[in-house]
Amino acid sequence: MTTSTADLAAGASRPIDPAAEARDERLRRVSLIARLMRRPELGAVAGLVLVTVFFGLTANPAMFTLAGLMTVLSPAAQLGILAIAAALLMIGGEFDLSIGSMIAFSGLVFGALIVVGDLPLLAAIVATFVFAGLMGAVNGQIVIRTRLPSFIVTLAFLFILRGLSLVGLKWTTGGSTQLRGIGDKAGQGVVRELFSGQALEGLFAWLAQANLIAKFPNGTPTVTGVPVGVLWFLAIAALATYVLLRTRFGNWIFAAGGDPNAARNSGVPVNMVKTTLFVLTACAATLVAILTVLDAGSTDARRGFQKEFEAIIAAVIGGCLLTGGYGSAIGAFFGAIIFGMVSIGLTYTSFDSDWFQVFLGGMLLLAVLFNNFIRRKATGER
Amino acid sequence: MKRFLAGMIAAAAIAVAGATPSVAQQTRIIVVSHGQAADPFWSVVKNGVAKAAADLKVSVDYRAPETFDMVAMSQLIDAAVNQKPAGLVVSIPDASALGPSIQKAVAAGIPVISMNSGSDVSKKLGALLHVGQDEFDAGKAAGEKLASMGGKVGVCVNHEVGNVALDLRCKGFAEGFKGKVTTLPVSNDPSEIRSKVKAALSDASVDTVMALSASLGGEPTLAGVKEAGKIASVRVATFDLSANFLKAIVAGEAAFGIDQQQFLQGYLPVAFLALNAEYGLVPGGNVPSGPNLVTKEKAAQVVDLSAKGIR
Repeated sequence: MTTSTADLAAGASRPIDPAAEARDERLRRVSLIARLMRRPELGAVAGLVLVTVFFGLTANPAMFTLAGLMTVLSPAAQLGILAIAAALLMIGGEFDLSIGSMIAFSGLVFGALIVVGDLPLLAAIVATFVFAGLMGAVNGQIVIRTRLPSFIVTLAFLFILRGLSLVGLKWTTGGSTQLRGIGDKAGQGVVRELFSGQALEGLFAWLAQANLIAKFPNGTPTVTGVPVGVLWFLAIAALATYVLLRTRFGNWIFAAGGDPNAARNSGVPVNMVKTTLFVLTACAATLVAILTVLDAGSTDARRGFQKEFEAIIAAVIGGCLLTGGYGSAIGAFFGAIIFGMVSIGLTYTSFDSDWFQVFLGGMLLLAVLFNNFIRRKATGER
Repeated sequence: MKRFLAGMIAAAAIAVAGATPSVAQQTRIIVVSHGQAADPFWSVVKNGVAKAAADLKVSVDYRAPETFDMVAMSQLIDAAVNQKPAGLVVSIPDASALGPSIQKAVAAGIPVISMNSGSDVSKKLGALLHVGQDEFDAGKAAGEKLASMGGKVGVCVNHEVGNVALDLRCKGFAEGFKGKVTTLPVSNDPSEIRSKVKAALSDASVDTVMALSASLGGEPTLAGVKEAGKIASVRVATFDLSANFLKAIVAGEAAFGIDQQQFLQGYLPVAFLALNAEYGLVPGGNVPSGPNLVTKEKAAQVVDLSAKGIR
């Protein structure tokens, strides 16, 4: 335990020390299974199992090969990076609806810096992140100072940033809604490798050579590497989980979302925590923007459309409450994988694509209901 | 709660039963386009795909992202490639975003045919051929037709300045028309188009107006010509078709609409790939799906077919 003041307000995240528990006779002993069941992410894991079973029965078996897994993980990773940041912010008691538009806007800023500004890749990336951080801080400060619901403030930025992306793109390109040639101008090198393409290519080439992974009829391996976005996704999920469960700042997040007044009274810098979380969501959107812009080599005014809703859905599937103070980063991680699995998985089935959105909505509702059911069961109908 | 769980399992079982793949051994072709299912233009393409699948007895899956999202579309292509279909049909509105995924399909030995957009990059990315309408050629055909109808001085109404495809349409029109052609840049606001067309017609020598999209450009252009009182003397034509513009053609107010026949953009690639899978046959070059100029004589039939989702 790192802090005791915030602990009271942050009950949801309190890791239980088994030794202390045994010593204190006032506490009821809780079995390992019950403790496991009370984790917010359990419902998401159960939902993932349900969705996997569904596609196991209906989809082309190619979905469950290594290559199929990569096609599912790639969209899941992009959404997941957003969903984890959105989950932290939701636990902290706020929403950010501007992240989808932020992807388009950051992509434009990044593309313009490279194509028009002739900046080297690293400088452009740093500048874009600084800019996004400022935008996040503006969002946070408006919410804190005006005490308006963040839902409304960031909804305004959803439109403002989307509109600015269109204006900026036309201004940068001289009238087109698509900015091309970013990929060619970004050049190659270590920085590029960090943000685009695939990693572990050597490993997969070796695996293919040794006949350990599947190949196309003409001999090229079906998977040539792991998309770097997936590695970012894993790293961010691990880091966010660590911060949330093992650090003082993590406790502050729970406290700020659970009861801001109580948290303030016990010395938690609530405003600082919330502003930091807004900066974080803006930076997550920017990371996704840079990853997709470098992979696609272009950006357009429609990038990231409706991603804010998908991110919030993934966070909720992952066990976040809309009221704040409860949730988990690892849950958002699984929520994003469920979302990726449903959206790509449907293309492995023979459903008519006209039904796509109906299925997507239905599967998500089913996953959330199931998640909710498991959690209620586990926490004893609270 | 147990009943709730049982209900969910039952619901899942019903969904599974409804989804059982009907064909396992058939030739499978996957179409990935950028057109949303609810878009009237693309629903015609999709009908073409379905007709070809039925005619040639192959199984075809039609996929498109829910929004105009090139990243999502490249992921759909990747997922399609992973299922190793006998053929892949793609539209290519953004070559740099979709290029790597298409090249991956080609590298995997899957025959690819592009359609609708991307004729300029189709060959380079390794597609067998492209089925679509060449913008320049379509403009040229329209220009020639309007000149043969007696046009001497023309105006090309461009409602999306900077869109390369529209520039090509105007250029083709000027080439085929041979007479004097000026381009009238407008926004896609109908009232602005109306008044600008009216202003352009104050030059009494103008006898031909070409619009570049039926609903966005053609209808307001027609309204502007009407307001100027010149509907009898000025010939109006447009790219693409819309219900109202077709009515104007039937009524004799407009000269013609240029149909790019997107039904063929769905039908032909699937048919080519099915024949390729069965016999190894493939046409030797790009196939123009249009232009087909819809004049007064053909308009009635087109109205009928467009209600059926074929044109």
